[in-house]
Amino acid sequence: MAKVFERTNGLTDKAFHYCPGCTHGIIHRLVGEVLEELDVLGEAVGVAPVGCSVFAYDYFNCDMHEAAHGRAPAVATGVKRVNPENVVFTYQGDGDLASIGAAEIVHAAARGENITTIFVNNAIYGMTGGQMAPTTLIGQKATTSPYGRDEKLTGKPIKVSEMLSTLDGAKFVERTSVHNAANIRKTKKAIKKAFELQLSGEGFGIVEILSTCPTNWGLTPLESLKWLEENMLPYYPLGNLRTPKEVE
Amino acid sequence: MAKAKGKVTFKEDLCKGCELCTTACPVNIVVMNKEKINVKGYHPATVHEMDKCIGCANCATICPDTVIEVERIIEK
Repeated sequence: MAKVFERTNGLTDKAFHYCPGCTHGIIHRLVGEVLEELDVLGEAVGVAPVGCSVFAYDYFNCDMHEAAHGRAPAVATGVKRVNPENVVFTYQGDGDLASIGAAEIVHAAARGENITTIFVNNAIYGMTGGQMAPTTLIGQKATTSPYGRDEKLTGKPIKVSEMLSTLDGAKFVERTSVHNAANIRKTKKAIKKAFELQLSGEGFGIVEILSTCPTNWGLTPLESLKWLEENMLPYYPLGNLRTPKEVE
Repeated sequence: MAKAKGKVTFKEDLCKGCELCTTACPVNIVVMNKEKINVKGYHPATVHEMDKCIGCANCATICPDTVIEVERIIEK
């Protein structure tokens, strides 16, 4: 009898506070597993965002830092420049990264900072109560778009990965999803690659992970997985947008 | 042919009853235990027909709360 799956050492023993069916837990675990497999838990410094995952510093079993809303890439830049031997990552949601933190992430990528960003995109603000985010889909209902997001009023959702992949400093850009076991495994591979590229000094890496928010979407966890697959995947196509040539 | 057999254990008190694991099981043996309520107040996930388990770890992979541990034995 061989253990094929147990809780990773990359996470602390604290139980997640996330709502039932929230895929933040899956993504936390994947990051923890990758850090453990790369044997960098001792050197890793994570920067937590503001949003649902604000307590990420309680969950990762490595050194953590909290940043002001959206400013995680700026804090991570400082940590990495002062301690280049550390493995530095930010864990951010779409409300944090794509709206208030848009400038920070764009310029961290443009400068080619040697950090890794885990970007959780669930197309809505979670913690603050389901407001419309820059990534909310056209027609999607949120508390600040009760009749559905109107393109004429608010434009189209931002495709963060596509935007960042136009910058030369962004060396690794990939969009993945966690709506089924196969895609979760692909997500883990992408996260691992992003961290490996940081270890080899390649530069900025970001993994955008499509995620669910059953509570604020007003759906059950199972309906949420389906909603993600049917509505988010057509607008946010999965796949790698940028990899350094030598590791392709 | 080598047949994979598995065994899953649930840390029931961590379970939030989201049912994601029930969709990931290829042999459809993960169910919610409607006869039990855990400390959080949810019906926890469980497996009644453990001999059908193939130890693929899909349920543990999709579980957001690391409730599930998986062991596997290969019978030759």
